[in-house]
Amino acid sequence: MTPGATGTDMRVRVGGLDLANPVMPASGTFAEGLDRVVDLSRLGAIVTKTITRELREGNALPRVAEVRGGMLNAIGIPSKGVAHFLGTTLPLYRAWGVPLVVSISAPTAEGFASLAAEIGVAGVAAIEANISCPNIEEDGRAFAMRAGSTEAVVRRLRAATHLPLWVKLSPNTGEIAEVAQAAEAAGADALVVANTMLAMSIDLATFRPSLGNVMGGLSGPALKPIVLRQVYQCARAVRVAVIGCGGIASAADAAEYMLAGAAAVQVGTATFLDPHAMTGVIDGLDSFCAAHRIARVAELTGALRPAGGSHPATPAPRPADAPQPPAPESPTPESLTPESLTPESLTPEFPAPEFPAMKPPALEPNPA
Amino acid sequence: MSATALPPTAPKPPMLPKPVSRQAALVLTHDLVNAEYRHLVLRTDAIAAGAAPGQFFQLLCPAPPGEAPFLRRPMSLYGADPAAGTVEFLYKVTGAGTRGLATLPVGGRLDMLGPLGHGFVLNPAWRHVVAVGRGVGLATLGPLAQQARGMGIGVTAILSARRPELMLSDMLFRRHGAEVLAVHDHDGTSAPGAVEAMLRRLIAAGRCDAFFTCGSARLLRLQQRLAREFGLPGQVALEQQMACGLGMCFCCVRDFEVGGRTVHKRVCWDGPVFDMLEAVA
Repeated sequence: MTPGATGTDMRVRVGGLDLANPVMPASGTFAEGLDRVVDLSRLGAIVTKTITRELREGNALPRVAEVRGGMLNAIGIPSKGVAHFLGTTLPLYRAWGVPLVVSISAPTAEGFASLAAEIGVAGVAAIEANISCPNIEEDGRAFAMRAGSTEAVVRRLRAATHLPLWVKLSPNTGEIAEVAQAAEAAGADALVVANTMLAMSIDLATFRPSLGNVMGGLSGPALKPIVLRQVYQCARAVRVAVIGCGGIASAADAAEYMLAGAAAVQVGTATFLDPHAMTGVIDGLDSFCAAHRIARVAELTGALRPAGGSHPATPAPRPADAPQPPAPESPTPESLTPESLTPESLTPEFPAPEFPAMKPPALEPNPA
Repeated sequence: MSATALPPTAPKPPMLPKPVSRQAALVLTHDLVNAEYRHLVLRTDAIAAGAAPGQFFQLLCPAPPGEAPFLRRPMSLYGADPAAGTVEFLYKVTGAGTRGLATLPVGGRLDMLGPLGHGFVLNPAWRHVVAVGRGVGLATLGPLAQQARGMGIGVTAILSARRPELMLSDMLFRRHGAEVLAVHDHDGTSAPGAVEAMLRRLIAAGRCDAFFTCGSARLLRLQQRLAREFGLPGQVALEQQMACGLGMCFCCVRDFEVGGRTVHKRVCWDGPVFDMLEAVA
């Protein structure tokens, strides 16, 4: 499965894990129901819905609302607890033979640590700590809002588990690079950047908030430019892998995230519109790399060139054994040297999202 | 699926045909039934055309002018014909999604995902069942009459609507051999007391081995009360705002009373057809 259909080496190494490709679900947008539509063994990893120690009912209804280019949710992390996860979910999810990343959350640093220790059983490949939740020891502020509270919780987690530790940051902070550095200093193996952004909408028919919880998290294409910027900032600030997560619906979105510094990507809301979104991103990244003569998808990570100039990134086709052309003015990996393929020539394969409708890619019509 | 038996190193199961398909289905006909309702018939693949009564599809509705529906819209099945390779919907234009759906031309394509969820379950031991529906809920109950007839189970359909001209599915139920009792708001025949008297007569006549209902909380509560009084089973098809349709996002939960406790169940994954006695109306 490792070489893509066009021969691209799709493997990536992320936060202590070797993945067959850089594409996985965002926490909370995956469950076994997807198996009814998609071949899940193709995914780079599987990330569970966040589990908590305690049973949680979740928030009041409505839990979802549409906005232009995205959606708001306030689900409230309903959870059946640890025993249900270990007894039912884990055995089921292991069947797809894909590295399993378990998302956890707790209201205290100690709660995170004990939960991490308890779920670190055979079959769990890594832990993703969802530290965007309210910290009851800091007046309900999310751990990921500040560097200090992030460092404290990650340090406790690090001491509690030997599994690769991924830390999922929140976009709701003005100091995301500092938070990223704090997580790295405390022992995180990778950072997931980011989560949903705190948002709101109002129903003008009723004058009431659209969500039962009043405020909720924005996801979908509307979120992408903000989180892309945050991935760029974080990737420049830390040495550990950054996993991009925010509004990714296509291979073009994923490629942008990887150029900005992401080693892998998570796809969330797009799966609700198109269950095949993740496999579409895998196939599309493979084609994208082939079109740009990039042998390994991992070469995309951080391959962003400096601003300014109009030199296309991809060189003209040339015989494989031809001498290398002279390097461009900026230091660029050789596989990304200029070629004649213009961005325009790629658009049929990677169409820009049709904002504001944001439809998934067109389907093959069924035989009429 | 009892995957609990699989050890962590088990070989991957072979890729099985997926029971849910996503496709661009061809619009065969798309008619205005009356001022409010539209009837849509689509040519689909065999997976979609094999949908069972009570199941639903997630439709990616075209954007109507000036609006941008983002999520898919759940739509319950009005008819499926595996031999013809068709799926039918009967819908009321109520929001951005259905306004967009209404713009679909014959010959156009609709991106549909399904069939999804659990449908109605008919017990072959039943001789006669009662279907009680109101408004657009009648569309959901329509295909049940066909299935019941195929199993030799008689159906009495109590169809409730504001006015006779908005009555849906009347012809469909009759075509499938159901006895139809139409009740309306304008003449008071749809009042709960009147419907209760109707149901009591059917129960007394031995013509109600089970209740099936959709579209009205008031009628649901009435049937729950009678079901408890007479020890009868029942099933209800429920609606809820959804995002994914595949049990992943937990947006579409509703309250149910199970074993004396109130629990959340996902309408898309645990339903949309539920044990009538567990539903909290």
